[in-house]
Amino acid sequence: MKQWRFEVFNRAGFSDVHGNGVLEDIRELGIASIEAVQSAKVFLIEADFDSAFADRVARELLSDPVCEEYYVGRSSAPAGLARATLIEVHLKSGVTDPVAESVMTAISDMGVPGAHVRTARKYVLLGEVRPAQIETIAKRVLANDCIEDVVVGDEAEPPSPHLSPYELNITYWPIRDLDDAGLEALSKGRDLFLNLTEMKAIQAYFRRLEREPTDIELESLAQTWSEHCVHKTLRSAVELTMDGQTIHFDNLLKETVFKATQDLDKDWCISVFADNAGVVDFDEESAVCFKVETHNHPSALDPYGGAATGIGGVIRDPMGTGMGARPIANTDIFCFGEPDMPLGEVPKGVLHPRRIMKGVVAGVRDYGNRMGIPTVNGAIYFDDRYLGNPLVFCGNIGLMDKDKAFKHPQSGNLIVVVGGRTGRDGIHGATFSSGEMTHEHETVFSHAVQIGNAITEKKMLDVLLQANEAGLYEAITDCGAGGLSSAVGEMGAELGAEVDLDTVPLKYTGLSYTEIWISEAQERMVIAVKPENREAILKIFESENVDATVIGRFTNDRKLRLRYNGQQVAELDMDFLHDGVPKYSRKAVWAAPTLSEPAEAEKDNYNDELLGVLSSYNVASKEWVIRQYDHEVQGGSVVKPLVGIANDGPGDAAVIQPKPTSSRGLAISCGMNPLYGDIDPYWMALAGIDEAVRNLICVGGRVDRIALLDNFCWGNCTHPRTFGTLVRAAQACYDGAMAYGAPFISGKDSLNNEFACEDGTTIRIPPTLLISAMSIVDDVERCVTMDAKRPGNLLFVVGRTGNELGGSHYHKLRGQLGANVPKLDLELAPRIARKVAQAIADGLVASCHDCSEGGLAVALAEMAFAGGLGIEADLRGLPASKDCTRLDAQLFSESNSRYVVEVDPRHYDAFAKLMLNLPFGQIGKVTAGSKLVVRSQDGDNAIDVEIDILKQAWQRTLDW
Amino acid sequence: MAEVRALVLRAAGVNCDMETQHALELAGAKAHRVHVNRLIEDKSLLGRYHIVVFPGGFSYGDDVAAGRILANQIVHHLAEPIRRFIDDGKLVLGICNGFQVLVKMGVLPGNGAFKQEHVTITYNDSGKFEDRWVHLLPQTDRCVFIEPQRQIYLPVAHGEGKVVTADAETLERLKSEGYIAYKYVGPDGEEGPYPINPNGSVESIAGLTDSTGRVMGLMPHPERFVRRTQHPHWTRLGEDLDPDGIKIFRNAVRYAQENLLQSCSA
Repeated sequence: MKQWRFEVFNRAGFSDVHGNGVLEDIRELGIASIEAVQSAKVFLIEADFDSAFADRVARELLSDPVCEEYYVGRSSAPAGLARATLIEVHLKSGVTDPVAESVMTAISDMGVPGAHVRTARKYVLLGEVRPAQIETIAKRVLANDCIEDVVVGDEAEPPSPHLSPYELNITYWPIRDLDDAGLEALSKGRDLFLNLTEMKAIQAYFRRLEREPTDIELESLAQTWSEHCVHKTLRSAVELTMDGQTIHFDNLLKETVFKATQDLDKDWCISVFADNAGVVDFDEESAVCFKVETHNHPSALDPYGGAATGIGGVIRDPMGTGMGARPIANTDIFCFGEPDMPLGEVPKGVLHPRRIMKGVVAGVRDYGNRMGIPTVNGAIYFDDRYLGNPLVFCGNIGLMDKDKAFKHPQSGNLIVVVGGRTGRDGIHGATFSSGEMTHEHETVFSHAVQIGNAITEKKMLDVLLQANEAGLYEAITDCGAGGLSSAVGEMGAELGAEVDLDTVPLKYTGLSYTEIWISEAQERMVIAVKPENREAILKIFESENVDATVIGRFTNDRKLRLRYNGQQVAELDMDFLHDGVPKYSRKAVWAAPTLSEPAEAEKDNYNDELLGVLSSYNVASKEWVIRQYDHEVQGGSVVKPLVGIANDGPGDAAVIQPKPTSSRGLAISCGMNPLYGDIDPYWMALAGIDEAVRNLICVGGRVDRIALLDNFCWGNCTHPRTFGTLVRAAQACYDGAMAYGAPFISGKDSLNNEFACEDGTTIRIPPTLLISAMSIVDDVERCVTMDAKRPGNLLFVVGRTGNELGGSHYHKLRGQLGANVPKLDLELAPRIARKVAQAIADGLVASCHDCSEGGLAVALAEMAFAGGLGIEADLRGLPASKDCTRLDAQLFSESNSRYVVEVDPRHYDAFAKLMLNLPFGQIGKVTAGSKLVVRSQDGDNAIDVEIDILKQAWQRTLDW
Repeated sequence: MAEVRALVLRAAGVNCDMETQHALELAGAKAHRVHVNRLIEDKSLLGRYHIVVFPGGFSYGDDVAAGRILANQIVHHLAEPIRRFIDDGKLVLGICNGFQVLVKMGVLPGNGAFKQEHVTITYNDSGKFEDRWVHLLPQTDRCVFIEPQRQIYLPVAHGEGKVVTADAETLERLKSEGYIAYKYVGPDGEEGPYPINPNGSVESIAGLTDSTGRVMGLMPHPERFVRRTQHPHWTRLGEDLDPDGIKIFRNAVRYAQENLLQSCSA
């Protein structure tokens, strides 16, 4: 085969968008000597065609006839005065290259099948630059060490793509004769992340079997028993010491989060905490399922790839729930360090938070948009304790037929793997994500990074939906963390399974049987198929060019047997695999920190503080991010993330209409308040639940159909104090769910979010609980948005404002925490929610906005500028607790269960009647003016600012 | 009365096919979603339809360039059936990625008047994908999908939507000979900079038609505004809010009913 090299450059006169972006990033690094950057696409093609055909490939396929020009061969540096540095970025061997796959298909369409294609990016940096700077630019801007190699200069050759084939060599990892130190050394040396107790249980098992384990057996156990897969911490027995008392839990999760679901026992819950996502009723025929996952560790190493595979992975959860759902919405919530941190202060082994944020947003954007699933709800939270461990929560909601909410794999069913091929990407992802991060992770765990290709997943989804409708399979699950090991192991847990690993389709040769089994290569799912449906299922996948391969079958002896070339490489009892993990008893301690409110003199005017809170990172507009997501694909959006007269106000929750012919809707929201956790994680968790509920209520969600999801992201919970904060939050989950009658339907935890710096210090994330929520909207035509609608309408506050500035963004402005964390009245909160929901359902409400970050002042400002109208408010009408006398507390307290409601004067009587016996008060009205004016109890103008100024402050911070 | 039959083309990465099918059915057509492989297997299949829509999405991941790989596939396997479809007087609509495919196939503005080398669609000036609503003003009287003079409001959602021409002469011909279907304008009907023109298209071009007026491609998504509640601030507007997107589909179906129902043996 002949080797061809093509380079494609932008034609003069057309802007080099990619090159300009790189130049901007280089300038952000503080390197000013680079004057320009030219980028080029490089294609390395091995194929049997002549130079005339090569010219056609370049002209018709690889380059654009108007904007680009091509060069066959290697172009040299452009002549000119400026010094030019050539840098090429190649994917490491074995890394998925979707563009290359498409180009191969296209060349085949042109008549030459069998070409081998690789792609690379070439950069020409113009200007003086030192070698050390080149290294910095390559590492920080151009390439990611985990997946890419950098080649500098025009002579150097790219890495060879060819890998040698694998020859079977069954490896044993002797365990029976090891002492404690030996067991620990084995676990550590093989990156098993199993502790001594677990290693001892495994040792005892193999002593009983009177043989040594193979590598694949230990790897399977390590994955199945990983924190990521079994959540052993949250399921452990706990002794909580608190206020001198001890509280015992046999199984923390079962006695808190699950227990609320059991006690509530809602008949609209179909399948909860059982499958890949929680399933609840949608309407007569359909159900919806919702799952939220984290992808924190991979996103720290490779923000783009980590986030992309995070969303790609969670989409497969609803796809693998029951008999498979059709994904209809994505959510994403991120936590980052503050993006203005000086480069020099970023610890070794950590990417700059701005780079992480840009990469994560781009990853979610590219994968979610390509899947054709609208990203409708999200949040971004900034705190420097997320520096070493950014948090990336990705959620997905799916729609399915109610009668397909359960799967039924049977003995004798064929095990079929469909979708992407298996490669070396993502080896040890599950175990890696269960441990602490260090400054060496970047190099040691680069193989744990997974590479996604959304189109492979989309193709697979398209066919799976058809196969589901045709009833061609009995069960489905996704290959997520733990790969085939986890998918086959779980589906066959009650049956037994045998798999011929040499039949698994591979991306390239050279994988050992163990690598095939534990690879976390993306875009794969496993289905169980009756033998009589074998031909039909293979045909339907082939008809749309999706791989589907029979790799084994489910048995009835509850054993997991793995073979390679006919030789057995593993035989484990399913019972031991799934139930053999030792149960723990952990200690947890909670002691409330000693805190006080800052002593500051009251002021008469808080214009500056309001502008400061509006422009703070957490409150500021996220429009830059939101617009990069397609939030309207599938045509179902009813309340979009951006609302108001200029389509740029902050919507409280998203509403989608999943079925085009039914006006029934689904409202989707989230709540998260890590700052409160620094005071008390119990109140933090309840605030998160209340916020998520408020958001749903504000848009017209039903109060009696709220389903909740929990995602706990914590530090190392072997520390009793860290674990104590988690136990407090879990207790709150029970109380909040019971108060609202809102069951948890699914959850996930990610522990050990700590980063060990080179200097020996540890960066520990704050306890972070994300509450995601969804509810039914009976008729989307009744939905309400938060933007002020009409001059002359009355504004009410429903809910009581307390002296609760603890953990507020007002305090954060000046680096204070405070002590008076917002509490939740478990009796009053649901009553308020019910009445506000009723007012909306009755059509009495013109707009409704929840008071959250930044308190009442921010809520009023947002309603005014989103509606392009003025607001005049008077705090004498504010329902407030007796101790809430300070002006700043009235303006900025983040007390829970408060709604600002706009009501047409004609509906005054009906609205007031409904709110009787609740804390509510008229605080002002919407005006045709251009100002937000808030008068204090004394009649002074505590706030008096043009709405344009408020809006600018809110928009400019993250207007990248 | 015989029904108007529409084909919505599926391919790897196409993702607006279901809502496009819904829009066509709402407009009165019988719409099927058909994978490109089926058209390649059975070259006569296309002839059974009156309207073909290339929907939005990321065909083949937008690898190399948006729409390029699918355009290449169609050029090498389906050029003749597509050509005949257009010559038979039938309708072709490309939306977003579908528009990119039509341009990269040379079908738009095409039809003998232009070569593929004359016009292309490339990266937004902003350098990123964006979802936002835009006002559109028709520029031609001959395109059957368009109600002349009537300004409409639709969302765009793309990263590569900037229409450019190889030279000033091509641009002049697009303008003077009525190939520009829609321009991006402000609420007042006047052209303007970003974000009025969301991607930096020359002459604010949002959509193109061909010399017959029966082929149209546009970056905005008419299938995303077929119900009142899809408007980004419908909660501020009255119940009589009339969705703009559905009209493009209704115009197509009406044209097919009036002109094509006899010509198709289905």
